Amino acid sequence: MAQTIPIRKKRGKKSAERLGFWLFLAPALIAFIIMVWVPFFMGLYFSMTDWTGLNTGRQIFTGLLNYRTIFTDFRFIYSFSRTVLYSVLNILVINGVAFGLALLVTMKFKLKNVYRAAFFMPNLIGGLVLGFIWQFIFNNIIAGQVGLQLLERSPLSSSPNHAMMALIAVVTWQYAGYIMMIYIAALQNVPEDLVEASKIDGANALQRMRAIILPLVAQAFTVALFLTLVTSFKQFDTVVSLTNAGPATDLPLFIRNLLNITTTPTVSGTSLIAVDIYREAFTRFNMGVGQAKAIVFFAALLLISITQVYVNKKREVEL
Amino acid sequence: MNKAWMQKIKTFKLKPIHILEVFVFILMLVFLYPFYIVAINSAKPIAEIVRTPTQLPESFLTLFSNIQTILAASQIRYLQSFFNSVIITSVSLVLIGITSGMAAWVLVRTKTKISMAIFLLFVSGLVIPFQVVMLPLVRFLELITMTIGIPLRDTHHGVILAYMGFGAPLSVFLFHGFIKSIPLEIEEAAIIDGCNKFQLFFNIVLPILKPIFVTLLVLNGMWIWNDYLLPILIIGVGGSTQTLPLAVASLAGAYVRQWDLILTSVLMAAFPVVVLFLFAQKHIIKGMTSGAIK
Repeated sequence: MAQTIPIRKKRGKKSAERLGFWLFLAPALIAFIIMVWVPFFMGLYFSMTDWTGLNTGRQIFTGLLNYRTIFTDFRFIYSFSRTVLYSVLNILVINGVAFGLALLVTMKFKLKNVYRAAFFMPNLIGGLVLGFIWQFIFNNIIAGQVGLQLLERSPLSSSPNHAMMALIAVVTWQYAGYIMMIYIAALQNVPEDLVEASKIDGANALQRMRAIILPLVAQAFTVALFLTLVTSFKQFDTVVSLTNAGPATDLPLFIRNLLNITTTPTVSGTSLIAVDIYREAFTRFNMGVGQAKAIVFFAALLLISITQVYVNKKREVEL
Repeated sequence: MNKAWMQKIKTFKLKPIHILEVFVFILMLVFLYPFYIVAINSAKPIAEIVRTPTQLPESFLTLFSNIQTILAASQIRYLQSFFNSVIITSVSLVLIGITSGMAAWVLVRTKTKISMAIFLLFVSGLVIPFQVVMLPLVRFLELITMTIGIPLRDTHHGVILAYMGFGAPLSVFLFHGFIKSIPLEIEEAAIIDGCNKFQLFFNIVLPILKPIFVTLLVLNGMWIWNDYLLPILIIGVGGSTQTLPLAVASLAGAYVRQWDLILTSVLMAAFPVVVLFLFAQKHIIKGMTSGAIK
């Protein structure tokens, strides 16, 4: 603080101004560069080496070998296809539930603020912690309890598809309340007189929804779809604590045919891509391969989300 | 009073909206059911949980003995993890807020090409997922420690620095948008009154930033308090600065199927956040949604 004044006298106002600019910028910029950009470029390099994470400092440059490896790696192809399937279903279910809830709690209910808060509440709990809660509910209440037994076996262990449906249910429980809030904000901005006018013109609820409400909340759909897409793709904590990537299953036929594999390897039914990257690096110690997977994951996420925002943006209308 | 009520009951007509409200009310109970399950089962010994997981506990006092067992478990270090989480979250929040606010302010007020480029550098950080940088990050932090001797992994300052870095893109972006709408005249008046740059920022600008500052406290706070992947990499399970999610994970790993302890630890981890939410509901909901929409 004391330094800026003498400098200003000596070298004039301009250089003091510049020094102030960098001084104010430095803390955030340095932390940001150290944590994000330096590792990002290191990662580009490491994805082209045989880095194992065990030997510190010695790794050999292997060019695009890792990238070739992962595109013939059945685990990666399987994880990727499971992640795409999971994301599509998850986006549909979360947004469907969230929009439905938003429509309900914008009605003239006596306790509407209580409902909103309650639907939002699961969002406060971290993904890891709530995975344990639901593991208990699925294994001990829905499947395990004597006398009540809704299902014979817990969906978490009975089949990969059941486990994925369970995961979608849990993440919807967690996330729908948050997305609901975004839709509520948008629905409240729909002008009352426009809705009234359509009623006078004799539009029924369905027509009103299609012609007035949906176009006017299109911007909220862009945001909500983007958020659910990114969180679905990056899903990690809840998988770890809910299913621990299981249950184990045979590699599906279409991937075996795709890669010309004659044996039937075992894969983990809910090992989504973020989990697969983590395991490649820390349980199989192929850091270089793991990093190459991470970069392909990043490129795919970037491409898909840009496409999604572009397509959605075209549907938005300005009032 | 009684008459008024009678009148109400007499004139009450069942409309479709009443049936809908009953439906929403039931839906709310379904949404809250998992919380109820955690609460009742935290107050049971393991045998009772397995036998009757959906019934009220025989004695609520069991909750305290479960809590005691968790606090006494030396390999979990629950209390220490709780304070680690409090320190890491609160210091990170304050530092992210101030440093990103400072950066965003000079980026708005300085209209040069460099300033624009740096702003875009920050914003591009928004699209980089943590998974892409996590492996080299660990290596880089070790490299820093080896060359200049400052330990960064498994230290409070290392984790806080990491949150400052990863929190910067969104925070700078939101501050930047907000500062653009502040009229320059206020700052010019303060300069004429003899304020230097630091006084100008901390006495004049920072108070104006309060609404967006609160939004960021909520957004970043929820993220940091519940985060699992960053701490597991930078701190590691069982590290001396392990946070609450790591403690719950290692407890669940150490006591497999010991639901009395797992659910009690879940209750203890969720309780502070839920209480905070009940008190600051409006700020939290507003903070989380306005951050997303901008």
